[in-house]
Amino acid sequence: MEEIATNKNTGKPLETQEYFINMGPQHPSTHGVLRLLLTLEGEIIHNVEPHLGYIHRSIEKMCEKDSYTQIIHLTDRMDYLSSHMNNEAVSLAVEQGLEVEIPDRVKVIRTIISELTRLSSHQLWWGVFGMDLGAITSFLYGFRDREMIIDIFEETCGARLTMNYNVPGGLMFDIHPNFQKGTKAFVTHFKKKLPEYDQLLTENVIFELRTKGVGVLSKEDAISFGVTGPTGRASGFSNDIRKHNPYSAYTQVDFNEVLREEGDSYARYKVRIQEMWESMSIIEQLIDNIPEGDYKVKTKAVIKLPKGEYYQKVETARGEFGVYIISEGGKSPYRLKFRSPGFSNLSALNRMAKGAKIADLVVIMSTLDLVIPDIDR
Amino acid sequence: MNIYDFKNLTDSIHASLSVNLSPTAVTIIEFIIIASAFMILFTLLGLVLVYAERKIAAFFQLRLGPMRVGKWGIAQTAADAIKLILKEPLVTKNADKFLFNLAPFIIILSTFLALGAMPFAKGLHALDFDIGILYLTAVSSFGVIGILIAGWSSDNKYSLIGAMRSGAQVVSYELSVGLSLLTVVILAGSLQFSEIIASQETGWWIFRGHIPAMIAFIIFMIAGTAETGRGPFDLPEAESELTAGYHTEYSGLKFAFFFLAEFVNMFIIAGIGATVFLGGWMPFHIGNWEGFNKIMDFIPSLFWFFGKVAFLIFLMMWFKWTFPRLRIDQLLRLEWKYLLPINLVNILVMAFIVLMGWHF
Amino acid sequence: MMMEQEQLKERILSIVPEAEFEEAGGYLNATFPFAKLHNLAKNLRESEDTLFDFLFCLTGVDWPDHMTVVYHLKSTIHGHSIVLKAKIDSREKPEIDTVSDIWQTAEFHEREVFDLFGIKFRNHPDLRRIFLDDDWVGYPLRKDYVDKVNIIDL
Repeated sequence: MEEIATNKNTGKPLETQEYFINMGPQHPSTHGVLRLLLTLEGEIIHNVEPHLGYIHRSIEKMCEKDSYTQIIHLTDRMDYLSSHMNNEAVSLAVEQGLEVEIPDRVKVIRTIISELTRLSSHQLWWGVFGMDLGAITSFLYGFRDREMIIDIFEETCGARLTMNYNVPGGLMFDIHPNFQKGTKAFVTHFKKKLPEYDQLLTENVIFELRTKGVGVLSKEDAISFGVTGPTGRASGFSNDIRKHNPYSAYTQVDFNEVLREEGDSYARYKVRIQEMWESMSIIEQLIDNIPEGDYKVKTKAVIKLPKGEYYQKVETARGEFGVYIISEGGKSPYRLKFRSPGFSNLSALNRMAKGAKIADLVVIMSTLDLVIPDIDR
Repeated sequence: MNIYDFKNLTDSIHASLSVNLSPTAVTIIEFIIIASAFMILFTLLGLVLVYAERKIAAFFQLRLGPMRVGKWGIAQTAADAIKLILKEPLVTKNADKFLFNLAPFIIILSTFLALGAMPFAKGLHALDFDIGILYLTAVSSFGVIGILIAGWSSDNKYSLIGAMRSGAQVVSYELSVGLSLLTVVILAGSLQFSEIIASQETGWWIFRGHIPAMIAFIIFMIAGTAETGRGPFDLPEAESELTAGYHTEYSGLKFAFFFLAEFVNMFIIAGIGATVFLGGWMPFHIGNWEGFNKIMDFIPSLFWFFGKVAFLIFLMMWFKWTFPRLRIDQLLRLEWKYLLPINLVNILVMAFIVLMGWHF
Repeated sequence: MMMEQEQLKERILSIVPEAEFEEAGGYLNATFPFAKLHNLAKNLRESEDTLFDFLFCLTGVDWPDHMTVVYHLKSTIHGHSIVLKAKIDSREKPEIDTVSDIWQTAEFHEREVFDLFGIKFRNHPDLRRIFLDDDWVGYPLRKDYVDKVNIIDL
């Protein structure tokens, strides 16, 4: 017979109690100032409640006073790992409103840099994911390769992270003479190094134990929660903007949308690894075919969008990034909304983490690839 | 065997002290000498192992590691130690202050007690009990009480979770450590370290005990790493989950104690492994190849012991810097569903081999 | 089957006769009074031929005399998109039905709109401020919001 522990004073059986724990805003695995209020029973998670706003700057309000060129600069500060794609989204939206035709050269350069940004973001994610699992070595491997991309960026536009390379109508400067050489050198280097990533983590038994079947998100839930990007694609939700609503030079290139069905952390991991291969393939297709031409279309010094609404979405490293501009004809938008991928992805966290353990939550959060400024805006 | 016996040295010290002192005074002075020797050893081990860990980690991670303080950063750990000593010892407001301050000492105490039974070289052995292995496993698991107290008294939920994990982990893996050591005890026929080492004169047990000894050694290394709470079994202090686990609230010197204890525990586990499976200070001997064995004897026994320990420590660091961390249920499943049954069968097989006299 | 804009218009008019249409931002925009929202949304989500299962953007807009809540919808099966604009006449006490029972992502987005615009979502499971402190006064994204300390007017 099973013996039940009893309270000495009352004689009643001892009860287990739920308790709360604050994960964050200062915590190594929230990767920023995200605070999660966990309801736990022992190590088992009953509920996860994200508390946001620690770095809410109300960028949308600021945009209502800024000119469109200034707004581009603000978008860097949201998803800083996809800064180029964010810039591009606003530029495309403004160009859509101005109805200017963008030179092919600009389109191709933007696409190459977008893919480089995606690679650098995934590399950083890979390193950090390993670190969250306790394999600290991967962190430095990821950063080693990321450094090459960042150097290319620095040479191209002077900034390493918040790039500001886009302006409405094109690019701020032409590419550096070394750009093609450097990018090709990087692709050759990384093609050798990416299999190393698999050796270090993917094929490890403990790694598979920790990720397979952890944080499963069904396709229906992924769509309903609006989970986009690699996270959504790992659940079988085909949502790649580059395929569905191609922009810039994505119509010219041949690549696959990486889809998996499992929806667990391992699938999310594999999708990102596979996306790195696809990104390299896109870069290879374009790098030798950068058309000659202007790097910029002349626009007025003060850009005024005609009265109307504009919506532009791009595929960032985290998913669908949307810019919704309502213009009343002035030099600033009447209302500007950023649809950030991280915010929607985070909303699915509670669903994925219920019933998991604390250690699983770290894995799930890491495979969601959250960037907190992107969520808080 | 013409290995230098440290007993000559200790005997001569004893004799020279006994010349004009009473036996009680001699014992007291000898206690003090031994205690200070262990203190120095403890500090040295801490300094060397922390430096080695950082350099080896750097080697795995394509970087240089500490390079600024001293040549190749040799003085880095000394500088860190000074920094830790000078730091403010914080105590959280609602902490149980007595237990909070007691916890690091319990952990240090257990490592000291374990270190005392370590046979460093021929004759260099402070405590040589006839139940040496039992004593060592007993005192080395004593540290978990310190961890539990630390987690409980800090008044921090992360600390508490870490401490509870540590409790479950150490209690479980203690079994595997004990059973895998027993496998060799069957071979050696003794629990005393000096006799276990002496029994390996014609070859180390890992080679002479057939496959069961190999299995026991592997299990010992896994369980030993788990018992010290190092990666991939560093769940009690999993920094990405529990910030720093049971020692989250500790700072300054008390934190340094936890930190040091981890490294010295690693040394102890490697030391036991080296002694029981790899012959301790016994040079590499093959059966009765007199010539070969004589050449091996030229290397001092101290080097043999520390060399083997260094090799095992390197293995443990290798684990830590390449593997991801396990989850708590996976950790316990590994022990109770795999290691323990394998171990029990392994002991039976070993007993059978010894009974039939099939070992070398 | 992807539905043409005309077909979508017809469908919406059959549910909400007073809806008005325009084309903006590359999408068909349907504007209608807020009271009809939940019924229309549910219908568009569940009908086999529309099946708008992906709410990719939800936001509010503060106009001088009214407020709108804007829903960007897409069907992942048929591939067509639409923008719904629910018009709320009252700026003082704006209220609208929640759609978080239809699209789960709306739960967070509606909290954001509540936080920054002060639009109350009826039947929302957990309507609290999401970014700002619970004791924050005012709704920052409203046009008449004044904050002398943090907003620098140029």
